[in-house]
Amino acid sequence: MTMQDAVRRFVRDGDLVVMEGFTHLIPFAAGHEIIRQKRRDLTLARLTPDLIYDQLIAAGCVKKMIFSWAGNPGVGALHAFRRAVEKGIPRPLEIEEYTHFGMVLRFMAGASNLPFLPTRNYPGTDLTTVNPNFKKVRSPYTDEDLWCVPALHPDVTIVHAQRADETGNTQVWGLYGVQKEAAFASKRVIVTVEEVVDPKVIRSDPNRTIIPGIIVSAVVPEPFGAHPSFVQGAYDRDNDFYVEWDAISKDEAGLLKYLDEWVYGVADRETYTKKMAARREALQADRQMCEPVNYGF
Amino acid sequence: MEYTTSELMVSRAAKELKNHDVVFVGIGVPSLAVNLAYRMHAPTLCMIYESGAVGCVPTRLPISIGDPCLVTGSLAVVPMLDVFNLYLQGGKIDVGFLGGAQVDRFGNINSTVIGDYRKPKVRLPGSGGACEIAALAKKVVITISNSKRTLPEKVDFVTSPGYLGGGREREALGLSGGPDLVITDMGVYSFDPETREMVLESLHPGVTLDTIRENIGWPVKTAKTLQETPPPTAEEIRIVRDELDPQGIFLRSRAG
Repeated sequence: MTMQDAVRRFVRDGDLVVMEGFTHLIPFAAGHEIIRQKRRDLTLARLTPDLIYDQLIAAGCVKKMIFSWAGNPGVGALHAFRRAVEKGIPRPLEIEEYTHFGMVLRFMAGASNLPFLPTRNYPGTDLTTVNPNFKKVRSPYTDEDLWCVPALHPDVTIVHAQRADETGNTQVWGLYGVQKEAAFASKRVIVTVEEVVDPKVIRSDPNRTIIPGIIVSAVVPEPFGAHPSFVQGAYDRDNDFYVEWDAISKDEAGLLKYLDEWVYGVADRETYTKKMAARREALQADRQMCEPVNYGF
Repeated sequence: MEYTTSELMVSRAAKELKNHDVVFVGIGVPSLAVNLAYRMHAPTLCMIYESGAVGCVPTRLPISIGDPCLVTGSLAVVPMLDVFNLYLQGGKIDVGFLGGAQVDRFGNINSTVIGDYRKPKVRLPGSGGACEIAALAKKVVITISNSKRTLPEKVDFVTSPGYLGGGREREALGLSGGPDLVITDMGVYSFDPETREMVLESLHPGVTLDTIRENIGWPVKTAKTLQETPPPTAEEIRIVRDELDPQGIFLRSRAG
């Protein structure tokens, strides 16, 4: 399926959308298509909103954000996010805030069809006083109270991966983040991949499959679809872009100019990639193959 | 040998680490400190990054906690659910490094907002994994700059719990561990075992007690014998400059 079709069919106005990937495999191409298709009133959840949600906020797609760390990793602040929270530009942004552990547990509770999960975390933090979704329960087995976070049930989760077969059996290596838990918690799942492979490739190495085709709604072949984030074994993180983003996004006009050129101004990721050919070449990963393992019996 | 304040902080923080420690690493000074300790005196320490990389051997300076160089050659890569549930909550983390916008008298850390939460003067990134590291690691080392703004008597918002109101308050809420040391650009502070208040333990070379008092938000107590922080050795400086941060990304200001 093309990215246009996948977003048209499976991402709706008002949806709770998750585009996960912890620094690795962030589905930027999908985010850009959502901006081009002008989805509105989205609630976005993600541990680290990163540049992808900063762009969606600036484009006016977002009503609310659920998150745990809103910064530009290794660089500084997310300026569009801050403008929305501090000044309501381009529209006021409702926020619901957790910690990384809390977000992971929310996805896991949703994926496990449980109403909540408990943790030993959170005594003493002010986060529990500003977010009423943190609640305490008495342990039925031991003499102690535990804080809990509620299940999260996204309408749609979008993840990027190295490879999948055409029915969505998806393999990832390198950092896993919370993609598996987010996908299992979600009503619909879009997988975008560097490469669609023959099912035989997947079956030759089943331990590497993190998302099974049985929960996947759409598979989109989208090489370079995670740039400026990285794909282990394919391309490195474009750190220069993360640094440049600080200047691009510092004022609203600069950010809108970027969206005009690199999102609205390109039809799809293929056009974006061609426009960025030299940079792509420079980010190409080197080869470090693993030892093969024997699956025989 | 000339050195910068950042290099002094990295060297001092590295001294907190020993062989076989399992360390939860952050970016910047903590990352440099852990990698310095690994190359100097603690080759068997185990670096864990919250992105899920375990037993990392980064061959370049990781720019973010999810840098691909943390994966290549590591001992394991695990889902974040495992990092927080099994490694951190399961009690396997000996030392966690944290920073923040503010640290107060009892080692509570704010990385969420300056001012009121609903109408913030400055909106900061938020907890990330800091709250759980502060709550669940066996011990925490904090690095922060030393000023009235960054070291107020009470933080605007407790993102990550230290000793809360002091005394036994942390333990009473069921938390063990807690902050052990605060390393700033002017000195090093430990925590009084009874009151749990930050106590000045050493002054960096050239810094006076008066300077400290002008740059902290409460009348800080000092240890009975105030030490001078040992400067970094020539070998430490060489490793930091030539091997860990050759481009000066985190230690740009050589003037310190």
